[in-house]
Amino acid sequence: MPHIFSIPNVTRRAGIVWYRNLVVFVRTWQVNFFPPLVEALLYLFAIGIGIGTYVQQIDGIPYINFIAPAILAIAVMNSAFFECTFGSFVRMYYQKTFDAMIATPLSIEDVIAGELLWGATRSVIYVIIMLPVLAVFGVVSLPLALLAIPLAFLGGLMFAGIAMCFTSVTPGIDTLNYPSFLFITPMALFSGTFFPLTLMPAFLQYFALAVLPLTHLVAIMRMLTLPSLSWTLLLHLAWIAVITAITCIISINLMRKRLIV
Amino acid sequence: MTAIIKAHDLKKNYNSTVAVDGIQFTVKKGEIFGFLGPNGAGKTTTMKMITCVSPRTSGTLTVLGMDPEEKPAEIKQSLGVVPQETNLDPDFTCFGNLYYYSLYFNIPKDEATRRADELLEFVQLTEKRDVSVDKLSGGMKRRLILARALVNRPDILILDEPTIGLDPQARHLIWEKLRSLQARGNTIVMTTHYLDEAARLCDRLVIMDNGKILVEGAPADLVREHVGDEIVEVEGSDDVVTCLRERGVPFEKTGDMVQVTGTTEKAREVARTILDRCQPARMITRPATLEDVFLKLTGRNLRE
Repeated sequence: MPHIFSIPNVTRRAGIVWYRNLVVFVRTWQVNFFPPLVEALLYLFAIGIGIGTYVQQIDGIPYINFIAPAILAIAVMNSAFFECTFGSFVRMYYQKTFDAMIATPLSIEDVIAGELLWGATRSVIYVIIMLPVLAVFGVVSLPLALLAIPLAFLGGLMFAGIAMCFTSVTPGIDTLNYPSFLFITPMALFSGTFFPLTLMPAFLQYFALAVLPLTHLVAIMRMLTLPSLSWTLLLHLAWIAVITAITCIISINLMRKRLIV
Repeated sequence: MTAIIKAHDLKKNYNSTVAVDGIQFTVKKGEIFGFLGPNGAGKTTTMKMITCVSPRTSGTLTVLGMDPEEKPAEIKQSLGVVPQETNLDPDFTCFGNLYYYSLYFNIPKDEATRRADELLEFVQLTEKRDVSVDKLSGGMKRRLILARALVNRPDILILDEPTIGLDPQARHLIWEKLRSLQARGNTIVMTTHYLDEAARLCDRLVIMDNGKILVEGAPADLVREHVGDEIVEVEGSDDVVTCLRERGVPFEKTGDMVQVTGTTEKAREVARTILDRCQPARMITRPATLEDVFLKLTGRNLRE
């Protein structure tokens, strides 16, 4: 019997599951394309220009430029996380889409891998929509900020993996609200997003760096958009890569355990 | 005829409950093979093992000469599955459901389009081609699921209660489609609770209960062997019951009627005797059916 750390046997067929989700996304584009656009504008006006009037600079950086990468990082987190919690749960539990898929040559590993890749892709799409808006306002610096796009895929995959772990153990759709407001919402506020990590007590800074995935994503994103590159980028990248690999593997095995009895 | 599905001492446990308890059967190429039994008998579990979505606990199972645990993708490439639960994709139209399902089988896109349209016609849903599946009636949904099970031109069709909840018209249409598929050389394995359906369609069937196979055979043979050609049912009043008891006629109470048992031969003579001696107000003799076999073997108690 495979255990939760065994490497799942994912085949190229995962791409078909990814494609199915892409088709549905594009078909309902009106409801999918505007939220990230509106979200970017709301954050820019409310926090960037609103609060930015009082907080003009952080460490010599205009406040609106300081939060621009956080807006991108939060969008990466939210789009992948909600896609692979509520979105995947609806497809698994209510629509029985996974049951229909595994009656074909697709295996459950292929299906979940396709879902994870799709969650990451959704993050990429959101960043692609938001970047031009931020660029027009002159708060991100091109061309280095374009690297936010591949970064969105890696970060998205990490949050998709984390989300799928919750989905694999949740008894129902309501209990998915717990990780949303106990984990995701606080993380959006305390990961060096709207104020620097250094403002927090030392132990909270260590805590954020040790266990809050968004901290690392925001840090890299900020290095790319300001830009202010530093060798610590590699450490953040390594942290994300390790957590991504672990959560994706565990989530596939947990889903297998849940669905194949 | 060659064996296309073969099970020997097949077992499946869910934690501590035994769902399938060492069954043995062989499905031959080109036949319609039925699994009958009360709820919880282990029919659906058996289907799930055949369709490679539930691993067996022990025993051997081969489908198309392959082991579901070793070559699930290869087996599933040649299976068409109609599940008990309707799991059409609500994000797509009727056409979309067939088209995207074809892609899961690696069927090229233009071929998938062609097959989807062809199958919509086969199940008479062409005019619903671009309608969302939410808008379909129950019968239409079952027909679309049957069409979906055919996109990969399967060698074996696995149907778990294909006509559940359908009106007589829709059931007849499904039966007609299944027969034409059999005529084309498909092997069909099905479960059903409708015994008339099983008697009409199945070349051979098994009756299961508590995870075990009780009997196996052609429907007509099973009827003849276990309940005879005709059934005598008499009004169940106290007088009649006393009379039957005095004459030593074996019987079984079924609601307000009494069914005379052990009338394998000479049902008419028995009927005449009862009519003369016991003078019941109501009595019928009727041809025995698969339902009589089913109830005789699995009892009349409610399950679950």
